[in-house]
Amino acid sequence: MNLEEKAKHIRNLIINALAEAGSGHTGGSLDLVDIFTVLYFNHLRYDAKNPKWEDRDRVVLSIGHTAPVLYATLAAAGFFPEDEMLTLRKFGSRLQGHPSLDFRLPGVETSAGSLGQGLSVSNGMAFAAKFDKKDYRVYCVMGDGEIQEGSVYEAAMAAAHHRLDNVCAILDRNRLQIDGNTEDVMALEPLADKWHAFGWNVIEIDGHNHSEIKAALLKAEQCKGKPTIIIAHTIMGKGVPEIENNNKWHGKVPTKEQAVEWINRQ
Amino acid sequence: MTYINKGDRPTKTGFGEGVRDAAMKNENVVGIGADITASVGMNIFSEAFPERFISLGIAEQNCVATAAGLSLSGKIPVFSTYGVFAAHRANDQIRISLCYNNLHAIIGGAHAGVSVGPDGATHQALEDIATMRVLPRMTVISPCDATQARIATEKAILELDSPVYIRFGREPVADFTSENQDFTIGKGQVMRDGDDACIIATGHEVWESLKAAERLEENGLRATVINIHTIKPLDEELLLDVARRFKTIYTVEEHQVTGGLGGAVAEFLSEKMPTRIVRIGVNDRFGESGKAGELMHHFGLDAESLYNKVYSDIMQDRNL
Repeated sequence: MNLEEKAKHIRNLIINALAEAGSGHTGGSLDLVDIFTVLYFNHLRYDAKNPKWEDRDRVVLSIGHTAPVLYATLAAAGFFPEDEMLTLRKFGSRLQGHPSLDFRLPGVETSAGSLGQGLSVSNGMAFAAKFDKKDYRVYCVMGDGEIQEGSVYEAAMAAAHHRLDNVCAILDRNRLQIDGNTEDVMALEPLADKWHAFGWNVIEIDGHNHSEIKAALLKAEQCKGKPTIIIAHTIMGKGVPEIENNNKWHGKVPTKEQAVEWINRQ
Repeated sequence: MTYINKGDRPTKTGFGEGVRDAAMKNENVVGIGADITASVGMNIFSEAFPERFISLGIAEQNCVATAAGLSLSGKIPVFSTYGVFAAHRANDQIRISLCYNNLHAIIGGAHAGVSVGPDGATHQALEDIATMRVLPRMTVISPCDATQARIATEKAILELDSPVYIRFGREPVADFTSENQDFTIGKGQVMRDGDDACIIATGHEVWESLKAAERLEENGLRATVINIHTIKPLDEELLLDVARRFKTIYTVEEHQVTGGLGGAVAEFLSEKMPTRIVRIGVNDRFGESGKAGELMHHFGLDAESLYNKVYSDIMQDRNL
């Protein structure tokens, strides 16, 4: 499968799992598919058979409610069987509603669900890499609504102050949160300027364009002395036209019939 | 038995020494500071191991979640700040990033109790035991003096593999426990034994309780004094032992009477062996400014107040 096909496959895994679960976050999970596809199938250093490999790159999903995109990508990358996607959110499943270390799903690096903690956790991992003189990198995936949490800016200051160039934040800029448009709920702009001012290397891309994602990840890796944030402009619900850019689909899932329809159309 | 004060020292000093000593034995121990490094005893570590110390400024939430990331990558992080800021401001980070992840990290909670003194209510941790002990997987330790703080901290770092909250004070207080004491996390210490009263204390209140017990003894009354240095997990066996022996148990702490040591003892014994518990501590109010000794007296937490309370209770009981 090429990257486009991989992305389609991961979208289908997500749609099926959410329909089967009957609850979950469809919009954000789908809009991150292209980024996760490029990360796991074109960029990251990992070994699906040895998920605790010390030298692996780390992906911290700070925006915990988009767990389905992490799970689907991990399954597609061979961390666990794809069938297990259908246990999402069910009692006893390793695929908890939000990522959980407790349930030992291979490839999950930290529990998340309370927003605004992942960048700090990523910094901690990056400090450990520096202490141990290891060259693994830490990727922190955040939502745009999430960065209304003040603790994010404590972490932003710290990463720049300590020159954590092994940290790469990826911001899912879909401009929507539960109450509406981010700029109406609590404006984030001028977003790039803010991160520049904090001392970060800022890269803006179309979060669905695979070559732009690839190039940004490489540029981030080459940037020394400061952390990088990739502001990825995305479309919530990407890949399913009837739900794209509709914040009603933040926390809503397709029926099984809808899922079949969406998947057949892919 | 009588305990000799080797010289007043703050328990924060013992904490800092414990971090340094553990760091000498394990190279993975790293420290995180939130601007008040010397004020919480961490300078003892940071001066010994400057290359293993990370300054993150006044940003407690970031400090705790960064500690989680360090722990996830094989380090043993120690983050210390005032208990009020650790246990309250960064509570969500402690809950999700540390406890839910079940990570080995040490959170030092300095400035415990009213003995903080002139800084007043905002800086006197009086609810930290409560908010820390309800978190699943959290161990809560409250050592009684500097020597014990050093031993407890070193053991917590080197022997446990889960999140730990260690509480300690600001004021120099009696340093009276032995370097060679039998100290096990989760096991209380019977400091002295007597049949007329039972006082269970934690932190600075252990010394005050021992002094109160000496005065009781001068008046012909012998008190048992127990040091519960680990509030979670509680030494249930020891509590059952004393509940069998005594009609009334006093709990004493520099903390609200709800949710802390007294709360924990009452919760446990009311289920397993109902016993009258008299909880001595701060009663649903904030602290205030003053000298440490003044405040300890004002809140009924100094040896004299404890002696008066227990003595008059016993006399009243006997007269009835």
